[in-house]
Amino acid sequence: MTEHDDGMNRRKVLECMTWAGTGVLWTITGGVPASLGIIDEAVAAPVKGFAFLQISDSHMGFDKPANSNVKGTLEEAIARVKTLTVKPSFMIHTGDISHLSKPSEFDDADQIISHAGLNVRYVPGEHDLLDEDQGKLYLDRYGRGTKGAGWYSFDDNGVHFIGLVNVVNLKAGGLGNLGNEQLEWLEGDLKGRSASQPIVLFAHIPLWTVYPEWGWGTEDGARALGYLKRFGSVTVLNGHIHQVMQKVEGNVTFHTARSTAFPQPAPGTAPSPGPIKVPDDKLRSMLGIANVTFKQNEQRLAIIDTPIQK
Amino acid sequence: MTMIKALTRLLVAGVAAVYLHAAAPASAEEITVKIGNFTFGPQELKVKAGTTITWTNEDDIPHTVVSPNAFRSKVMDTDGKFSFTFTTPGTYKYFCSLHPHMTGTVVVEMQTGNAGPGAQ
Repeated sequence: MTEHDDGMNRRKVLECMTWAGTGVLWTITGGVPASLGIIDEAVAAPVKGFAFLQISDSHMGFDKPANSNVKGTLEEAIARVKTLTVKPSFMIHTGDISHLSKPSEFDDADQIISHAGLNVRYVPGEHDLLDEDQGKLYLDRYGRGTKGAGWYSFDDNGVHFIGLVNVVNLKAGGLGNLGNEQLEWLEGDLKGRSASQPIVLFAHIPLWTVYPEWGWGTEDGARALGYLKRFGSVTVLNGHIHQVMQKVEGNVTFHTARSTAFPQPAPGTAPSPGPIKVPDDKLRSMLGIANVTFKQNEQRLAIIDTPIQK
Repeated sequence: MTMIKALTRLLVAGVAAVYLHAAAPASAEEITVKIGNFTFGPQELKVKAGTTITWTNEDDIPHTVVSPNAFRSKVMDTDGKFSFTFTTPGTYKYFCSLHPHMTGTVVVEMQTGNAGPGAQ
């Protein structure tokens, strides 16, 4: 961990594995790329450090042909969570809990997700702020202890977690938006923090520009990432695009999780980002959860981008 | 029956007239904008003051129609509609607050048909 480490000779690897059925497990480990084998082997392998889960885009209330049973697929995702041999420390939900911000939709999500038996930390998606008061329902339910539109940070197992909100005050023609107030809070939150502390940043819309033609990016995301430049290990987790996508830039790993509700097309492969209808027997291979495992004492992560499919 | 047929003809004629006039600045009073594939169609409209525009969401995903300081729809799920009557001449840029890359423009001209220079 000297100043001269350029990351290349201390290369750590980020592995992505596709679950045969419903999800993704990815884990940050040391050494050269090595296949973890099928998911059951990976789960059974001894894990040092700790794990947490990401779930996203459950869209309770969605009832269109792409998936007429979003409660069912969320239940299946939660059932998979319970099969993990390494009990996650907690779970994050990266937004679009509901489809239309109805209390009954939030109720359904809470009821199903509670079966995981895990503490859950939320950030809102644009579908969660559609009530008359544009987000009051969400904040009343999930916003306790948060700032502004629902942002916050906390520490767990030595890792600093930051939940950001980039789905309010969106501007015509623009992308996701954090806003000045939140960015100033973020800068303050990071000030004085050791650069060797691993950081996990999560928000609904990708913080990096995935595909601006479909609004898949965050207008002022670069400013947020600028505050994180000095940190050796930064992991950015998002949802919104209903597919796994990954990018590595320096010490920052970007990752988007699958939805538990319906898949969306890869950028530019369809006339619009709307839900795609796939054959019933294929749907579950396109939905899922993500399991993130941190190996302790791996402060600086030089990460190899491992594409999952396509 | 004949009464209903006559009414239907009238309605059809009315709808046809709307579509004829929607393409050009004219005296149409009811215009429809379809929301499909995350786009507004037509994306740009030129109408007379007093025209009512109705947006209809044909996507499987909810949308809104928002023009800052002018109008803001509630969320429209599939087949949801929102109408707004434009009484004041001017250029109204609007967008979907859920998917802000979706934008549209309505140019409202005075009823005399003369919008003045530079208002194209």
